Amino acid sequence: MSEISPVDLGGIGALRWFWRQLTSMKTALILLMLLAVASIPGSLLPQRSQNPIAVNEYVLNHAGAAKWLERLSLFNVYGSPWFSAIYILLFISLIGCVIPRMLIHIRALSARPPKTPQNLDRLTFPRSAESTTRPDEILDLAQSWFKKHHFRWERESDAVSAEKGYLRESGNVLFHLSLILFLVAMGIASAQGAKGEAIVVEGETFTNSATSYDNLSNGSKFDLRNLAPFTLKIDRFVPTYDLATGAPIDYKLFVTARDSGGAAKKELIQVNHPLSFGSTNIYLQANGYAPVVTVKDGAGNIVMDGPVVFLPQDANLTSTGAIKLPDAAPTQLGFVGTFLPTATMDKVRGGFSTFPDAVEPRLLLSAWTGDLGLDKGLPQSVYRLDTAKMKRIGLKQLSVGQSWTLPDGVGSITFRGWERWVNLQVVRDPGKEIALAGGVLAILGLLATLFVKRRRIWVRARLNEDGATVLSIAGLTRQEYEGFEAEMNDFWNALTAGGEDQ
Amino acid sequence: MTSTNWAYASNYLVYSAMIVYTLAMFAAALEVAMNVKGAKVLVTPSGEGAPSTDDAKSERWGRIAIALTSLAFVLHLVAVIARGISAHRVPWGNMYEFSTTGSVAVTGMFLLLLRRHSLRWLTLVVTFAVLMTLGTAITLLYRPSAPLVPALKSTWLVIHVSAAVISGGVFLLANAVAAAYLYMDRVESRGPRPAWALKIPSLEALDRLCYRLVAFVFPLWTFAVIAGAIWAESAWGRYWGWDPKETWAFITWVAYAAYLHARATAGWKGRRAAWLCLLAGSSFLFNYVYVNVWGTGKHTYSGL
Repeated sequence: MSEISPVDLGGIGALRWFWRQLTSMKTALILLMLLAVASIPGSLLPQRSQNPIAVNEYVLNHAGAAKWLERLSLFNVYGSPWFSAIYILLFISLIGCVIPRMLIHIRALSARPPKTPQNLDRLTFPRSAESTTRPDEILDLAQSWFKKHHFRWERESDAVSAEKGYLRESGNVLFHLSLILFLVAMGIASAQGAKGEAIVVEGETFTNSATSYDNLSNGSKFDLRNLAPFTLKIDRFVPTYDLATGAPIDYKLFVTARDSGGAAKKELIQVNHPLSFGSTNIYLQANGYAPVVTVKDGAGNIVMDGPVVFLPQDANLTSTGAIKLPDAAPTQLGFVGTFLPTATMDKVRGGFSTFPDAVEPRLLLSAWTGDLGLDKGLPQSVYRLDTAKMKRIGLKQLSVGQSWTLPDGVGSITFRGWERWVNLQVVRDPGKEIALAGGVLAILGLLATLFVKRRRIWVRARLNEDGATVLSIAGLTRQEYEGFEAEMNDFWNALTAGGEDQ
Repeated sequence: MTSTNWAYASNYLVYSAMIVYTLAMFAAALEVAMNVKGAKVLVTPSGEGAPSTDDAKSERWGRIAIALTSLAFVLHLVAVIARGISAHRVPWGNMYEFSTTGSVAVTGMFLLLLRRHSLRWLTLVVTFAVLMTLGTAITLLYRPSAPLVPALKSTWLVIHVSAAVISGGVFLLANAVAAAYLYMDRVESRGPRPAWALKIPSLEALDRLCYRLVAFVFPLWTFAVIAGAIWAESAWGRYWGWDPKETWAFITWVAYAAYLHARATAGWKGRRAAWLCLLAGSSFLFNYVYVNVWGTGKHTYSGL
């Protein structure tokens, strides 16, 4: 054991000491527990990688604490330096542990079973008896029993030594090596992967290039020009809702897909059934409504004609959004809108939706004039109107087909109908097959290492002074092996033909 | 029968199962009581004669408790199946259904493992825990039978959840064994075991039993996590995303992995290993209760 302190040793010695500490089972255990503990805060605090909006909200509400949490990377636990440090140390420890074990095991695989010990009485389930059968014949019987039960055996002059269950250690090594595959898969995903989202309205076509995305992140070694070349026309999005509760039952997205040079193909995308182009998958993530409006300005010019994406706010798809018309004359125009697929009016709550499907669609608008604030060059949400320099000029509720002529001759708006939009998530992960292979191998390894029992059995047969054969057997296992006694009995019966015992 | 009828039948069967579980619990309590009584009678005035558990009455009540638990299990299982028929799907779409299915898995695994391991002393604990779970489910978590949300419409729902539920059942049994180990360890450090504890296996046997349960089910739990990852890949576009439920499944996995290693390492057997096992089991329970009810993330199917 390493009771020596590093101080007594030179540089190399200290390194060796450190290496031995790191690769010891105790250290691995502690690192393993540390990794578990380190992943807890990420499940309790909002994480930027999963829910950036929740993080921003948290920062707003707890400004003081958030500053410190930010410094400790607690909004990005799984990408933080300290989390990485733990799992990198753990993997080094694991590799340092499993490689030597693997080499030892490979050598053991070709080794012969160990020599029969002199004193069998000290081992597990020892048994001996006198027999009239000749020693050679008994050892032959033992040998054929070992052969039949797939033991590895070695005949000695007056004994047979046998061993079985090497698969246990093979499984152990395989399991630990397969964990390294997960690390490789993660590495490939972070270097070669890409992930983006795009909102596409029915009837529009999505082209897989960097500019089509609302947001897109890519691995450090992945060139965005290599995105899988395909286009996707959103033909129709068909949701089905439970009439009693309004809960969604089914979402169907019908698309026309076309890859580079290929013919157009009709495809169906559902929540659990993404569409694949090689290692790129397209997922249906979210959906909502885009009211279709026509806006004319004071001069009578059409400044907008088409669907405007609104974001759903509740399960019944009450949706909000903004319509911005910077080019309207004589003044810039803006609308804050609420789209209600199945509108209900309430004195307290105002307008809200009572069913997610468009049964009784209404568009509630407030119109604003003034400066939209788009010229400052600052990024602005397309779903919100910055009303700091604007003036509200009226409120209106419209049903499909209705128009509203704005006061002061600044223009008019017509609610022509609605389209549905879907949020597509496009993910490229060339490492996922490796991760899957890791998973399958990990389970196989585990099964072998937990259920195969390694054990040794010895038998010795020699003549005593009286010319009788003294037969003795014994076993050895370091595992919890319930069936060992039964196996030893079976072996004994094979040698004695179920007969004599001492 | 219509869907509604099946749903009603399921509810009545859950109530019936609860009544039989209660009877089983009383029978198991009587088994312990007879042990204590038997032990008192057998101790002679001279102090000679060790307490004996060979009491016929105790044995009979023990058997009755198991018979009643088996009957309750059948009612409970049929209740779960009826619920599935009423909704035309596997009966695990919300927290009420997770709880009824999870507890039937606990009883089922208990009765199954009883055939190979000495677990009968756990009858009282198991029936009590299942009763509590069913009681909570039917009073606080109940939701009418309804179709699945689109995200749950997948074959992986059957594979992933059933593997997780069976693993959970065995984990909770292992937890009870580990807790018994730690408690008995304390009791024994103060002197010989009292009469009520005589049927509980020795410390060494408890330690071994706990290990066997965990080793038996750890590959299945690994499979449940990996099946979940495969499903997540087809539903959400990534096989692992540190969603709170995934994180806690990972923590549970790591804790049990640590337990299995600890068991194989000198100096960690026994008490430390039992603590690790309790910790791992608690993280499983935490994942079930906290993440389902109060947690955020993508695994919010409790229907609460």
